[in-house]
Amino acid sequence: MTQLILFNVFNGLIIGAFYALMALGLSLILNLSGVINFAHGGFLGIGAYLAFTLMPFVGFWGALILAPLATALLGIVVERVLINRLYGRDPLYSLLLTFGLAYILEDGTRYIWGPSTLPFSVPSWMLSPLSNEFFFLTGYRLFMVVLVIVVVAALFVLLGYTRLGMRIRAGTLDLETVSVLGVNVRILRNLNFGLGIFLAGLAGVLAAGMLGLQPTIGSTLIMPSFVAIIIGGLGSLPGTLIGGLLIGVASGVTTVFWPSASEAVIYVLMGLVLLVRPRGLLGEEGRF
Amino acid sequence: MRLDRRAADAVVWLLLLTMPFWLTWIGGYTALGTRVVVLALAAMSLNFLLGFTGVLSFGHAAYFGLGVYGLGLTIKYLVPSSLAGMAVGVIVGTLAAMIIGALIVRLRGIYFAMVTIAFGQVFYFIAYRWNGVTGGDDGLSGWRRLPVDLGFARIDILNSDYALYYWSLFWFAIAVLIMAALLRSPFGRTLLAIRENERRARFLGIPIDRHIWISWTISCLFVSLAGTLYALLNNFADPHDLRWDQSGDFVIMAVLGGMRNFWGPLIGAAIYVVLQDYISSQTENWMSFIGLLFVLVVMFFPRGLLGVLRRRAAP
Repeated sequence: MTQLILFNVFNGLIIGAFYALMALGLSLILNLSGVINFAHGGFLGIGAYLAFTLMPFVGFWGALILAPLATALLGIVVERVLINRLYGRDPLYSLLLTFGLAYILEDGTRYIWGPSTLPFSVPSWMLSPLSNEFFFLTGYRLFMVVLVIVVVAALFVLLGYTRLGMRIRAGTLDLETVSVLGVNVRILRNLNFGLGIFLAGLAGVLAAGMLGLQPTIGSTLIMPSFVAIIIGGLGSLPGTLIGGLLIGVASGVTTVFWPSASEAVIYVLMGLVLLVRPRGLLGEEGRF
Repeated sequence: MRLDRRAADAVVWLLLLTMPFWLTWIGGYTALGTRVVVLALAAMSLNFLLGFTGVLSFGHAAYFGLGVYGLGLTIKYLVPSSLAGMAVGVIVGTLAAMIIGALIVRLRGIYFAMVTIAFGQVFYFIAYRWNGVTGGDDGLSGWRRLPVDLGFARIDILNSDYALYYWSLFWFAIAVLIMAALLRSPFGRTLLAIRENERRARFLGIPIDRHIWISWTISCLFVSLAGTLYALLNNFADPHDLRWDQSGDFVIMAVLGGMRNFWGPLIGAAIYVVLQDYISSQTENWMSFIGLLFVLVVMFFPRGLLGVLRRRAAP
């Protein structure tokens, strides 16, 4: 029993790390641009499939780096051509636009790579369990956790200690002033969008190794990321991170006792948080 | 202007009343007309909140779907009666909306939209996972709509497409007339005031949260009514009726037709339903075309069809 619970908690942490990775990207875009990026799941799918296509040429490690970069590039183009025209307008329009993009991206992956599940092979040494007692602890899972930790740490360093990061944080608080101080806000938002999409692409590659490749891979993962953001509090990246891990573990633990409620439980958790603390765990009062 | 509006109302009702007769001429079929009416009711109910209260909900499919499943489950397991099913569907959908509304009514803007999206998924997962009762991913089948017995008359909506169309139109008319009356009342004017300037309305002493909650509940009540009619039409409950893509479809119908106009969502729903029917019969990649429609509407017709026409006529 202990082992079963431990297994599910660990499983939940991994899933939570995914959610967090995806939700952090969503959160970045939401905070600076006020856009709920519905197409985030679509970009995740593109990242996953690109990794699949690139792998025969550049190997697993190359794909792990190149696929998210290529996805980010696509994101930057999309922002440049479509999304940046909607800043400052009713959020309804950016929601609808990214909603339409989500349809197009999902259908596009289905059109290019086919509707059936494709196998995504990670290096074989990663698949063997590390110890007999904890059979579930394969190298790949451990690697995923480590990678997510590294990436999240890098993200916080970038935001905390670089000029770009400082501008992003400042823009989140008061974009107008940042603009007046001579920062090109158009480019800032553009890069920030690319950064968010990079995280989505990376989450896609990792998810592909764990869940296999399906065109709907993105749309199944996007809703929990919304919940992660709401639980953590809008406007707070650490909150988003905690929210992601929390719902991952919550659904993992629920799987032990009541498997069919494992998806619904995160929404119950969200309801509770909203009831007790409407701004979310780490959200600022009065910002939304 | 006033006369214009009366004339427009008359034309709309006339077209709706005669639809089954001219629809086949232009290549349609009666069930398609019923679909338009039902989905238009859903979009107009959403627009009560979206266009006339200024609150962005992206999760109305949940209450629509509760109507669908409420009716289906009632007919399948409890009472073999279409009317009872409709009553249960509407009550369940409205109650859920009242509870969730109370939780979220203090939130605004994007935050509100996100929370409505997320809450919508609860019911989707319940329908999806509770296999034994709801049929899970395959949907709820093994039941059919039943003729409505009113005591003095019997409406055979099971076998006659016409009867089903007019049955749907009857409920559409009731809902729409109630919403129109509400919008003309002081309550409706208050909603418009909240839409135009919430802070100012608050300073005037209007209890904003309570008004938004009432508007939300009314909107969800009629959306779940539309859901029950949709279930009658399909003889089937599909978990996708509860999902977030369905919510997005309602919003795009409202925007496509023109959300500042009372009849806008009806036009939007008609265009959307016909387009989807046509495209999905032509290509497997209909999702891309629908997605493209979203993008085009947002980029070039943010005011919707009626908004554009009105603007043309104005200067």
